[in-house]
Amino acid sequence: MPYTRKMTPPRPRVALFVTCLVDLYRPSVGFAALKLLEEAGCEVIVPDSQTCCGQPAYNSGDRATATDLARAVVDAFYPYDYTVAPSGSCAGMIAHHFPALFADDPFYRGKAEALGAKTHELTSFLTDVLGLTSVTARYDGVATYHDSCSGLRELGVKAQPRALLGSVAGLAVREMAEPEICCGFGGTFCVKYPDISTRMVGDKTKDVAATGADTLLAGDLGCLLNMAGKLKREGSTVKVRHVAEVLAGVTGDVAPIGESR
Amino acid sequence: MVQVTSPAFKRNAAAALEDVSLQKALGKAKGAFLQRRAVAVAALPEFEALRDTGRDIKNHTLANLDFYLEYYAANVEKAGGQVHWCSSAADARAAVLEICRRAGAKTVTKGKSMISEEIGVNDHLEAHGIQPIETDLGEYIIQLRHEHPSHIIAPAFHLNREDWEAQFRLSHTDLPKDRVFNERRDILSEARTRLRQKFLAADVGITGANFLIAETGSSVIVTNEGNGDLTQTLPRVHIVLASIEKMVPTLEDATSLLRLLARSATGQDFSVYTTFSTGIRRQGDLDGPEEYHVVLIDNGRSNMMGTEFQEMLRCIRCAACMNHCPVYGAVGGHAYGWVYPGPMGSVLTPTLVGVDKAGHLPNASTFCGKCESVCPVKIPLPKLMRHWREREFERHLSPQGIRTNLALWAWFARRPAAYRLATRLGIGALSMLARGKGAFRRLPLAGGWTAGRDLPAPEPGGTFMARYKAQQKDKRR
Repeated sequence: MPYTRKMTPPRPRVALFVTCLVDLYRPSVGFAALKLLEEAGCEVIVPDSQTCCGQPAYNSGDRATATDLARAVVDAFYPYDYTVAPSGSCAGMIAHHFPALFADDPFYRGKAEALGAKTHELTSFLTDVLGLTSVTARYDGVATYHDSCSGLRELGVKAQPRALLGSVAGLAVREMAEPEICCGFGGTFCVKYPDISTRMVGDKTKDVAATGADTLLAGDLGCLLNMAGKLKREGSTVKVRHVAEVLAGVTGDVAPIGESR
Repeated sequence: MVQVTSPAFKRNAAAALEDVSLQKALGKAKGAFLQRRAVAVAALPEFEALRDTGRDIKNHTLANLDFYLEYYAANVEKAGGQVHWCSSAADARAAVLEICRRAGAKTVTKGKSMISEEIGVNDHLEAHGIQPIETDLGEYIIQLRHEHPSHIIAPAFHLNREDWEAQFRLSHTDLPKDRVFNERRDILSEARTRLRQKFLAADVGITGANFLIAETGSSVIVTNEGNGDLTQTLPRVHIVLASIEKMVPTLEDATSLLRLLARSATGQDFSVYTTFSTGIRRQGDLDGPEEYHVVLIDNGRSNMMGTEFQEMLRCIRCAACMNHCPVYGAVGGHAYGWVYPGPMGSVLTPTLVGVDKAGHLPNASTFCGKCESVCPVKIPLPKLMRHWREREFERHLSPQGIRTNLALWAWFARRPAAYRLATRLGIGALSMLARGKGAFRRLPLAGGWTAGRDLPAPEPGGTFMARYKAQQKDKRR
């Protein structure tokens, strides 16, 4: 009888790009992402030299700073099988915009393109790459889901979070009339043009209210802080959370965004 | 001539947001455009492929623009027309005035043309005793109100039916008091009645062009009211105002782009009138002008060639980008402060009036990307706006406060260890300030944020990186 050895396929080594907003403002989202990835069979590494993907500089026209920060991210994340971020905006920056930053630097452009090809937004990675179709979490409520612009238009994140939310026990999802319209965050836009930004997020919260949902979910913390801030100002009782918190079942550990225990 | 008020964009926008009547008009008009486009696009399975075709036609033409321009001009002349090459707005105004003078014109009818707004033809003619009369319904009321278009295909996008009625009662002094204006049709018929005599009396007709066709020397206009046809067929002299990027090589290319244009613009399969004009009236022709002039305008376009802004020259002026733009939808077109509003204007205006004046426009975008996703010729509008921000930054035109904050943040972001320390302290301080509350109603230095919304407080317990590090340490123990 020939000798056979039982092999377990190696666990994919996933580098978690925490994102600067999650790092500073909402660590629970990072831990939720960690949990989801580990439960899906990944070995998760958190490279400790990460700061920011560079979007604030990139979108303010400071290409030199953006390129420096991109180079650091490329070096830190390049060695792993995948890079995953709980944000369509930061994942889109790495996947689509990094290569453009290195137009005149063939060495880094090559690395950036390779990194870009293995960089994913969290819910898209779980479903499209790992083939996950359900989670074990429970959340009692009715949620509505806001499609953040970069994730939606740069990475095609639309069905993935909804598919996973569909498996959460106790949860119903009720769509807004216009879930794909920008919430008015736009990075530095929200402080450079606060009047317009406030008007846009006001339109969004009206749409949220019209659904009658008790919870607002999205995949990007920037949009979530903006929408939560507006809902609080309006005295709304709608709870705002990152989708990863619900999918990982950690909502019991942390108050909704903008609220305290 | 449209004065540039783009430097006052913030003030313009704030006023627009408070303008109840404008907000009402924006809400109504916008919804209709979006719905109709969505239906028209859904009904055409090859629409996405057609966008690629449109982009490729335009790219090819731009790459060979010198050749096609000369080929086109030769064909215009073969058909008895005349091409006036104008490198600047002043040249173009002078050329139009000269043609009108030689024709002995007293009145000139005009079809809708954005390039005419750009070069300021109306004021120039008026200053020299020639009366221009706008015949597009929207342009007609705008002219009565001494305003400028707020939208590139619907000039009176900012007006409500009540505004039309009020203006007619004011300007048409012989109007019976009991005339009713309940419907769009009532407005249209009033304008038509007034314009009929003007069409017949005009000595010169000026139109724009949606496309110029190199192989035939033709110009193409699309309208829904038929005013363009009357403008160009009734007077003795027809002047076409067109910028150089309107060029396409063949009739077939023009029809491909026409299929994209109406669907993207108004959600129609085709505009009601699509008119091809080639040269002067030939022997035996029943109508057509005795003189056919094309005033071919550069006015800054050739400076865009070979730069990152060349892609902007693909634009076919459908207005889908502004119809779908949440910023345009909030503030309307006049806030942008010059001829071209919305995302396309935010790219084009800095090219034409200077980024020092129009710097706000490419900044006043969230980069939501909706404009690019609906553009029929796939212009990467957010990318081009970002290029303007880069030019601004390089030239030190962006506000000093923003530059200082950015430099400070960048110093730390480049140095992970310093960044950890600074963010740990910063977030700690912010948490303390929050004193257990979930959000700030007000916070020093964060007025931009907190004027209209609360600022959520950071989650208690420190940054992710600090907590993660502590966890890993515990695990190793």
